[in-house]
Parts: sequence; C-alpha cells; structure tokens
Amino acid sequence: MTLIILPELIRKLRAHAETSYPEEGAGLLLGTADGDTRVVESILELNNAREPGARHNRYLITPQDMLRAEDEAAQRGMVVLGVFHSHPDHPAQPSDFDLKWAMPWFSYLITSVASGTTVECRSWRLAENRGSFSEEPIEIHAPAPLPDIKAS
Amino acid sequence: MTNLRIPTPLRNYTGGKSEIQIIGHTVAEALDDLIAQYPDMRQHIFNEDGQLRPFINLFLGEDNVKDLKQGLDTPLDENQRLLLIPSIAGG
Repeated sequence: MTLIILPELIRKLRAHAETSYPEEGAGLLLGTADGDTRVVESILELNNAREPGARHNRYLITPQDMLRAEDEAAQRGMVVLGVFHSHPDHPAQPSDFDLKWAMPWFSYLITSVASGTTVECRSWRLAENRGSFSEEPIEIHAPAPLPDIKAS
Repeated sequence: MTNLRIPTPLRNYTGGKSEIQIIGHTVAEALDDLIAQYPDMRQHIFNEDGQLRPFINLFLGEDNVKDLKQGLDTPLDENQRLLLIPSIAGG
C-alpha cells in the first residue's frame, strides 16, 4: 500500500493548506492505481462547501464537485484516488468525524498546519469494517519509468 | 431496469464497473437490488440502523432524491438513470 506523489504536487498541497488556514482546505487527488500502489498525477483544489462558522474543523466537497472530478479524471485517463484536506492546529491523523464520513478505497491525505505553517502530510485508508484507518506510506518522487522492451 | 452510476470508491465491489443495471419501481427498491447484487457494499451505503448514510446521495437528473417530496419512495421509470454520488466530508 503506497501513495506516490510528485514533489510539485506536495508543494501545491502544502501551499493550499497554508492559504486556507485557519480554515480546513480540501480537494481531490487524481491519478492511477496499479494494485496497491497509487500515483497521484494531479490535484483538484476545491471550495470547502461547509458554512463559514464550521470551516475551522470541517470540510465538505459537494456531490456536484465529486461528479465533475470523476468526469474530468475519466477524460484524462485517470481516476479519483482520494481526498486531501488540512487540519489547522491539529495532527495529520483522521478524526472520529473523518472516520464517520470516510469512503472505502480512497486515500485520505491529511496535512497538519500549525500557526499557519505546514507540519507534515500523512495518508490513510479506511479499514473494510469502517472501524479504523490504516496509514499508507507516501513516497514523494516521480513514478519509476517503464523498462525498455527490446523488439526481438 | 434502471442504470445506476457507481462512484469510484465503490467500484471495487462491482468488479470495476462504473455503471450497473438494477431493478426497482422506486429508488428504495433499486437500492435493495444494489445490495442484493453486491452485499459487501451494504455497510458503506447504510448505517447500523438501516438508514442511508448521510454522505450517500442519489440523483435523478439534477435532483437529489433527498430533496424530493417522496424521497426514497420516488418512483423510477425504466429509462431513467440514477447516479450514486457521495458527498466527501470530514475534518
């Protein structure tokens, strides 16, 4: 279980989290999945659709935005791999609320932001029984190139 | 038969299919058929009390079934397409 992401995308995620502070920022991860390895190739920064008074510790991506993201991903030969969101002044670990609202299969990449500065990014996947998350290692680099295959 | 769009995070349960066919005269019956076909999906659609999880939305055209007067009892026509689209939330 691994999430591979380009350095420039991590930079974008962190910048988005800092810009959103002290509110939670959120968006979707687009890319490809091969077995248990996922490669994030693009991110969609989206509006946090929660009401202003709740955005300091809650985020919402509307079903309309989710549908548009799935259609865009499909057009680009990708799928929606998961969600990124930030935790202002809170660890990069899923909350009980995150657990209650989580979808299976998705990668949940959480960025902690302390006093306006990002601390760390960690990724998680929901357990099948919905009782917990398992941490998913993040590798920050370009995906390995395919080996050359010589014609015989 | 009605076509039902399946969102990415639930396609593991449908063998990767993004569209499936379901039988039902109402949205509720269609959901019952969905679970009958793919029982492992149940816990992600319904909570322990059998209620639709709050992040599960069903759209008929542009209408969210939750906002329609008849809700899950909204009747389905044969040629309609139902879309299962989650809200993504947390914090």
